Amino acid sequence: MLTIATGNRAVAEAVKAAKPAVIAAYPITPQTEIVEQIAEYVTSGDLESHYIPVESEHSAMAACIGASVGGVRTFTATSSHGLLYMHEMIHWAAGGRLPIVMANVNRALGPGWNTWAEHTDAFSQRDTGWLQVYVGTVQEAYDATLMAFRIAEDERVLLPVMVNLDGFSLSHITQSLETEEIGDFLPPYHLPHAIDTEKPRGYGPMTGPDNYYRFRWDIERSMRDAREVITEVEREFADRFGRSYGPTEEYRCEDADVVVIALGTFGKEAEVAVDRLRDEGIRAGSMRLRWFRPFPHLDLSGREVVVIDRDYSFGFGGVVANSIRAKTGIEPYSVIAGLGGQEVTYNDIADFVRGRRPGEETWFGVNNHV
Amino acid sequence: MYEVRIHSRGGQGGVTAAKLLALAAFRDGKHATACPFYGAERRGAPVVSFVRIDDKPIKVYSQIHEPDLVIVLDASIMDVVDVLDGLKEEGTVLLNCAHPVDGCRGTCYHVDLTGIALAQNLVVAGSPILNTPVLGALAKIGVITLPSALQAIREMFDDERNVKAAEAAYKELKV
Repeated sequence: MLTIATGNRAVAEAVKAAKPAVIAAYPITPQTEIVEQIAEYVTSGDLESHYIPVESEHSAMAACIGASVGGVRTFTATSSHGLLYMHEMIHWAAGGRLPIVMANVNRALGPGWNTWAEHTDAFSQRDTGWLQVYVGTVQEAYDATLMAFRIAEDERVLLPVMVNLDGFSLSHITQSLETEEIGDFLPPYHLPHAIDTEKPRGYGPMTGPDNYYRFRWDIERSMRDAREVITEVEREFADRFGRSYGPTEEYRCEDADVVVIALGTFGKEAEVAVDRLRDEGIRAGSMRLRWFRPFPHLDLSGREVVVIDRDYSFGFGGVVANSIRAKTGIEPYSVIAGLGGQEVTYNDIADFVRGRRPGEETWFGVNNHV
Repeated sequence: MYEVRIHSRGGQGGVTAAKLLALAAFRDGKHATACPFYGAERRGAPVVSFVRIDDKPIKVYSQIHEPDLVIVLDASIMDVVDVLDGLKEEGTVLLNCAHPVDGCRGTCYHVDLTGIALAQNLVVAGSPILNTPVLGALAKIGVITLPSALQAIREMFDDERNVKAAEAAYKELKV
């Protein structure tokens, strides 16, 4: 059905279609609409699920872990400080090989108190073993959430997936949304190591130096396999529902001399900047990074690259710019922009490209960037 | 792309007005996005919402700095906010006001949405509902069609008084 919806509403619609048996969540701006909407579906009977209104995000993830290992599909949603409050359990979910799906509405961290978009919250969970995807439209929030369940639950993966959407600029924007009758796109949940009272076993017991690293390697092996699983699932999704996705979304990149790389809504806005630059004779393209973990293989050879980081690793640099540098050997022009919801327009993005200085870093609004 | 900026006070329904306008444009077969700008505002503080309407998919997420149309749901805001900031030369202004206001520029329309809402007894928590009647005025200006305006209202609210208020605003709009 074609309608209009906010990014938050789109996530809730996808969860309704995915029918998780347990949802445990705690509200936090700007994510609250997701869990409110899901609570309404459960109350009205549109979604048959156990909705656990926990007292904290740490408990939300703990409840999801318990339900997931108990053998049922689970979902939660959070943002910013809520995500950080679950941090210990986030590691546990991945280490326990539990295919939990979580929507994270990207928001800056305090102090100063700020409820607007930034990616530092999710990047702070970068090394936990969760898959991370970043979406750029309301439709993609719906589609990516549906696919997240399928990818997480694939036996070659069995890792949790975090679906990231920009706070307010996507969570609260209204766009068109096509919802689907998903049929058997999501097969029944099956966890090979689910609790079986007939066959008792220990979960997360003491694991000594002789074995611990084997479990870590197993996570990495699944992360590597996840790239292929993601491709398969995205291809099947395109066949069934007509919307195709990949590790990146490329726009006018084929003959581009300079490529703008960004995540989320900036990655869509960059396409407008690219059109402007092309009108001026600058052969620009846009590459919106969708999957951040596993990090995709990128072919950027022969191009100049401008990376917009809506995040920062203090004492080091932009997380995305340095990921690109490490994985491709290219020295990007690193722009730190949009922190805490800082306004960045397509004109600003076009300016970043016009004034690019490969190998350098600039903070939008702080440095004289052009 | 047609860009609309809606000025209101927190609690007056500016955010819902933006959603209704986007939905009506969508029912007209256009692409539309509605994005409220959330500040640290509370009830009564000046707030803005944005609507973009286009024939092709809209990729812009930033705020609207040069609107084609400015809607002012509370004319008292004009004392504290420069609602005309960035308005295009040939732009349009729609004021919720019973009479014309000095200092307007572009094509200025006015309509007493508050009076229309009160006449229909459309009041929630002590505040008149402005976001459904304003759709009638927008249909008269030609931003959306009247059937789509009424359809959007019916999709979001199960109360025909909202439709009557929109029809009244459609009739009473003045330049």
